[in-house]
Amino acid sequence: MSGDFWFDALLGVLLLVLALATILARQLAAAVMLYVVFGLMLALAWARLGAADLALAEAAIGAGLTGALLFSALARQPKSITPPVRISRMELLPALVLCIAMSAVLGWTLWQLPLQPAHSQLPAALEQLGSSGTEHLVTAVLLNFRAWDTLLELLVLLLALLGSRLVAAPEPAALQHWPLARQWSIRLLPLLVLVAFFVLWRGATAPGGAFQAGALLAAALVVLRLNGQLPALRFDMWWVRALILAGVLAFLLAGLLSVWLNWQPEQAVQWLRWPLPLAKGLILLIELCATLAIGLTLTLLVVGERKELTA
Amino acid sequence: MMAWLGAVLLILGLLFFLAGSLGVLRFPDVFCRLHAVTKADTLGLGFIVLGLGVLQQDWQRFLLMLLIWGLVMLSGTISCQLLGQYGREQTTDQEEPAE
Repeated sequence: MSGDFWFDALLGVLLLVLALATILARQLAAAVMLYVVFGLMLALAWARLGAADLALAEAAIGAGLTGALLFSALARQPKSITPPVRISRMELLPALVLCIAMSAVLGWTLWQLPLQPAHSQLPAALEQLGSSGTEHLVTAVLLNFRAWDTLLELLVLLLALLGSRLVAAPEPAALQHWPLARQWSIRLLPLLVLVAFFVLWRGATAPGGAFQAGALLAAALVVLRLNGQLPALRFDMWWVRALILAGVLAFLLAGLLSVWLNWQPEQAVQWLRWPLPLAKGLILLIELCATLAIGLTLTLLVVGERKELTA
Repeated sequence: MMAWLGAVLLILGLLFFLAGSLGVLRFPDVFCRLHAVTKADTLGLGFIVLGLGVLQQDWQRFLLMLLIWGLVMLSGTISCQLLGQYGREQTTDQEEPAE
């Protein structure tokens, strides 16, 4: 057996152990930390599988921002909830039955899936890559061939934000502002913005794109906000709302434009298919709007608030 | 020859990581643990970057890795300071060190 095999096997076992440890951890803070480590290892696993796009997204969103989100949720917890609540066995029984049934259905579905799809769409996608407006296959799939999916993903993110606004979260505890942290966040800001736009721009030719860039922007905004260097971001500010809607709006407008440009009588309506001369520009425009929207949405999910924080 | 040098540097780096992890597990309080873990970040990662640079002999990549090392060192030192500050505030608040 080669060294690669042992590394991958170790990584797989480590992932399983970390997942179990996250679920079984007694303290919520420990569970969150283990979850962050799990996210990083998962990113490593994606990288080993050659899916650099997913690895980037997992590291930035799965490990980084979700970790910050969970920690800020922990900070809002009243202290009394932290010790584990004892639940009797009888109460657990329905949940257990449900979980086993769900696992069985999921496992059965997975079993039905062929390991190697008989009709892979990859050759067809590779053939059309030249007419997609980008040179990176993943970006071409996300923003051209299957643009519909990405539009729905942006809508899901929007729905998540709207849903989270319905939950009356308790006010977070007063934040401490350390001079060192503030200095560091100011120094980090230009670097993060630079890397975010680099990742966005690079998405045309190599792994990268709107979700990763948006997560980096969100990281910069979250750090600034947690250090009290940014005024409170609230959904009822008009520019926040405009930027958050920008991603979906740009996508929809580009879709309508494509319907109009592709219009030929007596043919099926072509929705979200970019004409070649405009493809690159449209994709970049959508990605830019989506990056800003994703960045701000994720920021609001982590540090959004209704009232001004008492510093 | 270069391969041996690279391997020795990598193993040195790994030893620092091992020592750092042991320190986090075994040392009694926040400050000692921070001491252990920051050594792993700076020296351990530094040796690994050097080792990889020797093995690869690709200057562009080596410079990139040096930059990453610098960033990790900066964020490591700063988070160490912040954690230390937090630890000190906690211990002076409670008049007794947390275990």
